[in-house]
Amino acid sequence: MNASRRRFLQTAIAGGMAATVPLSALRLLTPDEARASIGSDEVRWAFLVDIQKCVGCGFCVKACKTENEVPYDVPVSRTWVERYVVTKDGKSHIDTPMGGRDGFTSGKVQEEEIPPEEITKAFFVPKLCNQCVNPACVQVCPVGATYQTKDGVVLVDRTWCIGCGYCIMACPYGVRFFHPVTKTAEKCTFCYHRISQGLKSACVQACPFGARQIGNLKDHDDPVTKTIMTQRVGILKDEYGTKPQVYYIGLDERVR
Amino acid sequence: MKNHAWRPLAVAIGAIALLLSVRATVVPSDFGVNGKNFTYGFHRKGSIDDWKSFKVKYRGKEYCRDCHEEKVAENMSSPHKVIECENCHGPAVDHPDNPAKLAIDRTRALCLRCHAALPYPQSHRAEMPAIDPDAHNPKQACVECHNPHNPNLEAM
Repeated sequence: MNASRRRFLQTAIAGGMAATVPLSALRLLTPDEARASIGSDEVRWAFLVDIQKCVGCGFCVKACKTENEVPYDVPVSRTWVERYVVTKDGKSHIDTPMGGRDGFTSGKVQEEEIPPEEITKAFFVPKLCNQCVNPACVQVCPVGATYQTKDGVVLVDRTWCIGCGYCIMACPYGVRFFHPVTKTAEKCTFCYHRISQGLKSACVQACPFGARQIGNLKDHDDPVTKTIMTQRVGILKDEYGTKPQVYYIGLDERVR
Repeated sequence: MKNHAWRPLAVAIGAIALLLSVRATVVPSDFGVNGKNFTYGFHRKGSIDDWKSFKVKYRGKEYCRDCHEEKVAENMSSPHKVIECENCHGPAVDHPDNPAKLAIDRTRALCLRCHAALPYPQSHRAEMPAIDPDAHNPKQACVECHNPHNPNLEAM
């Protein structure tokens, strides 16, 4: 064996560099995977909520439950509206009676009367599925019943779901629930049946004040995309790394 | 080799063959990686079409306008133009075929969704024309005095 110092150094450096290449870099991508990773698909659905515009009427929740056949009088919902009332003592008073289905018509929060002069800030926050780029709920499904479509919406295959509830536990936003009729995991689909034929989601259409908007992130002329690109918007629970795609205007740090 | 070694092997091969044949018949043929990768896209492809064919129930104001042009025109000239007809009249679905008649919500509670006064400065709720539900003709239906299509206070 003729080992020279030069040859030893060359081999050591090459070997060291090879060791830093992650295994995933050497994996062969399927054409679909390659296309998805460079993002050449034409649609990526995203949602924009303007908290200031929301008056807490709850028409969105009513429309969603009717449109998507979610049992009306059961306290589960694909979307809901939360009320935040912050008082001068720094406390947050939060409620969402029946998900805000019947609107907010009384100043009482959780049976507690809050005098108007004590309120420092108060607002309504509509919540729905964030259709995450990295959906934790999909990763945990043991049977492949929930998945992400190419246009970014997370759906549940009702014929394949075994109702184990892992996804309900995994969602950091608590948007999933057990459908009492189909006995499967249930979630907001951005009204996939509507948006895929050019209609707006039921909650977006029902909102009289434009507090809810849906748009295509891959279309740079889309008003929603323009707002997300040019205005100050926030997302929920950034620290989970799920990359949620519901953007909020006027978000407060108390909203979780 | 002796029988006691071969027999379990045959059982194992049989079990695997059974499992594979059951899997081939039970798992739909369109099951596989249909999205961006295995982690997020492993599913039955037909499920997407199942969701796309879900029944649309809320048809929107333009659908109502086809027949109820006058009502929509009246509504569109009022502050209530931002409200969808179906928010109060209920989802059209296939109206007038099915249902032939829509169940209209004429309750006071419906109006109070927006018009019950709440002193929330950071919300547009504070800017709504609002009443105190306990002081303003309590328990009376709003529609007895107000026209929901065009709630013009001067025309009352």
